[in-house]
Amino acid sequence: MTIEIAIILIPFIMAALIPLFYRRLQRKFIGWIVLVIPVSLFLILTTYIPRIANGEAFSHTYEWIPSFNINFTTYIDGLSLIFSLLITGVGSLVILYSIFYLSMKESLHHFYCYLLLFMGAMLGVVFSDNLMVLYAFWELTSVSSFLLIAFWHHRKASRAGARKSMTITVSGGLSMLLGFLMLYTMTGTFSIREILENVDKISEQALFIPALVLILLGAFTKSAQFPFHIWLPDAMEAPTPVSAYLHSATMVKAGIYLVARFTPVFGGEMIWFWAVTGVGLITLFWGSFNAVRQYDLKAILAYSTVSQLGLIMSLLGLGSVAVHLGYSTSSVIYTQATFAALFHLINHSTFKGALFMMVGIVDHEIGTRDIRRLGGLMSILPFTFTIALIGCFSMAGLPPFNGFLSKEMFFAATVKITKLDIYSIESIGILIPVIAWVASVLTFIYCVIIVSKTFLGKIKPDISEKNPHEAPVGMLISPFVLIGLVIIIFFFPNILGEYILRPAMASVYPTFPLAEMTPHIHPWHGFKPELFMTIGVILIGILLYRYKKYWMKIYRIFPQQWTLNAIYEKVITSSENMSESITKRYMTGNLMHYFVYIYVSFVVIVAGTFLVLEAFTWDPSSDAPVENYELLLVFVAIFASFALLFAKSRITAVLLNGVVGYAVAFFFVIFRAPDLALTQLVVESVTTALYLICFKYLAELKPEPSSRKTKLSNGLISILVGSTVTLIGLAVVNYEKFNSISSYFEDSYNLAGGKNIVNTILGDFRAFDTMLEVVVLFIAGLGVYTLIKLKASKKGDADT
Amino acid sequence: MESLMMILIGVLVAVGIYLVLSRNIIRVILGTAILSHAVHLLILTMGGLKKGDVPLLSQSKGPFTDALPQALILTAIVISFATTAFLLVLAYRTYKTNGSDDLQELRGMSDE
Repeated sequence: MTIEIAIILIPFIMAALIPLFYRRLQRKFIGWIVLVIPVSLFLILTTYIPRIANGEAFSHTYEWIPSFNINFTTYIDGLSLIFSLLITGVGSLVILYSIFYLSMKESLHHFYCYLLLFMGAMLGVVFSDNLMVLYAFWELTSVSSFLLIAFWHHRKASRAGARKSMTITVSGGLSMLLGFLMLYTMTGTFSIREILENVDKISEQALFIPALVLILLGAFTKSAQFPFHIWLPDAMEAPTPVSAYLHSATMVKAGIYLVARFTPVFGGEMIWFWAVTGVGLITLFWGSFNAVRQYDLKAILAYSTVSQLGLIMSLLGLGSVAVHLGYSTSSVIYTQATFAALFHLINHSTFKGALFMMVGIVDHEIGTRDIRRLGGLMSILPFTFTIALIGCFSMAGLPPFNGFLSKEMFFAATVKITKLDIYSIESIGILIPVIAWVASVLTFIYCVIIVSKTFLGKIKPDISEKNPHEAPVGMLISPFVLIGLVIIIFFFPNILGEYILRPAMASVYPTFPLAEMTPHIHPWHGFKPELFMTIGVILIGILLYRYKKYWMKIYRIFPQQWTLNAIYEKVITSSENMSESITKRYMTGNLMHYFVYIYVSFVVIVAGTFLVLEAFTWDPSSDAPVENYELLLVFVAIFASFALLFAKSRITAVLLNGVVGYAVAFFFVIFRAPDLALTQLVVESVTTALYLICFKYLAELKPEPSSRKTKLSNGLISILVGSTVTLIGLAVVNYEKFNSISSYFEDSYNLAGGKNIVNTILGDFRAFDTMLEVVVLFIAGLGVYTLIKLKASKKGDADT
Repeated sequence: MESLMMILIGVLVAVGIYLVLSRNIIRVILGTAILSHAVHLLILTMGGLKKGDVPLLSQSKGPFTDALPQALILTAIVISFATTAFLLVLAYRTYKTNGSDDLQELRGMSDE
């Protein structure tokens, strides 16, 4: 086993071990033991940084199902390294934070088990080269996210949020699976790298665009892009560390990863450019627009995450232009958008993780997250205030924090793209910087809201009564590490660019020369449009914040029943109702109907197959001769069975059944089966007696109450099934494709010491079968005994 | 002979299924009995008829008729006896408890 596979498996192994040992531990130790895993994985992964920065990539294949082209292939390059560092790095901080955040009374073993499950699955997503394996891990992240959102499962909102996220992300995942299968049909391989080598061959094929759209659907649902973003705010029912980890730093970025990974495949398409850029920009705007009107701090952060994910997504869309243009000295400048996307991806994880932890602290110490009830916490929670201030300033794009750098690069990219004249950018391209700018103003406003409504102003009386105090040091370590990074990255962005971002650029643009794709990041680059845009954001943002109450009416324009959530609810309830009514229509509870389904499908499937394959044949030449008495016996059996249909009394019916049974016994005699004949005679006699005993307690037969129509259709079905059986029997009776194994048993005296071959088969060759048959008899006997002896304790039993 | 048997089997199957599709519980049970007769004959016929002697080493030196279908049928006869007995008692119990032997009246559950 190689290190790469071990990195994926270790979290799973640990997750499996926790249930075994947690009882023997003091509860407070579970978190510390779990913490060892992400920290050590993070340290192992950092050793890859210099080698990957040198342009190396690590790949190992463990053959899994080679006949289906499904292998467990790990592949570590620059792009997967960024994500894996985020997963393990933020994971370590989040677990450290959780140790202090979660009360000892919670079911901690579940929490850490799910968290490790998620970590392993997420590492699997970014390290898998095989699309099927990637898909499996992808859905596993949805499952673990479901479990974590529903962690407080006694709350209805948690369960609803978990279900919603599951429904949306898993259906997106399924469409992505379809897209992967289409890629497989076009290329014949599930390996991403091999697909990349065949890009030129597939872009002309008919399935190319459908595959593109389906894979994008998977990415958009996972990364909470408009209109699928509605699950993310509801996912905030999860414990805050989970929100910080899954729903801002890692899982929601799986879609970003997928888009970046597939940019070299699909990036040259116009539909890819407009879908990724357009959906990203709409999400960016809609998220920030909705964040402004929230009252719950976590809801603000949720919408803000939606908006920031849109920003990263749109940057990836802008960067895909470079793939279309191909490498030239003038086109390489458009790759900077992708560079900014990756840069902002890291920045967002740092400041948003810190902000979520900040909200967790406020919730933990004050007991509420509602900004209408908060205020003036600056003096009570000075350290938390520092975190909020730096985090929000970075998110708003102010210096000296890392958000400023990536925001400026974002503005620069949106302005630059308008100069292009492909993809009809010349007509509507001007909208790109406009939307970006408006959304940034809104971002600025909600950042100010977070800081001012929570920490500035007067302390509300009901808060000061409780005499709250600053969080324990343990809870402050993680957010302070992240805030430290926010500042460090601002001052030394190029170290990050050189070692982490540049190798990832090689994954997105494999055909471009690497040296030209790493822009030197400056905080100051002269009086360029992006600088004026930032200044505009600040000025207009402050103005709009001051006069907020005058324009908040805008939110009331949208009718309540047309919100996306209302539509989602409507779809879910109506599909539930529909499935219930459909089920009720065919699950009638009437035994006859179920039999009809079985027999009709038997006729359709079996007879249909025979008809289609023209397999009905009849060759009577090798038939055994027919004697007169045999003919007579056949007529007796047919006559008795027909008479059974018209029997008026049950005694007649049972006797006719006996006649058929005895006729069968005679056939056994004729066909050289003495054991069968004996058994049949005994069983038939006993069964007839049993019928007669039972009749003492049952009502006399009545004529069938079914309507004429039902009887006719039943008759038709039985005739169809009967003739199907006859025709198939005729067709296969002389079928001799395989040699019979029966001759083996004819050596029964030597093999089993018996001269009766049938007996030796039952008692020796297939003795297990016979033993289980005895078990069946035993169970049936037990059932008979219980049914007779059981004194019905409940109502409805008349005379026992 | 095989062709003739196949026709007989088809008739038995048709009769059995018509009975199984009845509303009366006794007819359904009789239907299953007829169906198992048909299936036993089918298995036997598939193995070829009158192709050899009785499969008893003490009686003959061969060739023997195919013994494997016979062993299978022997198992099947006993099992179908067990299920018939169980179904009969079930019918008895149902009639006692619900006062009806009409399957259409018996459908549905109390918690629906």
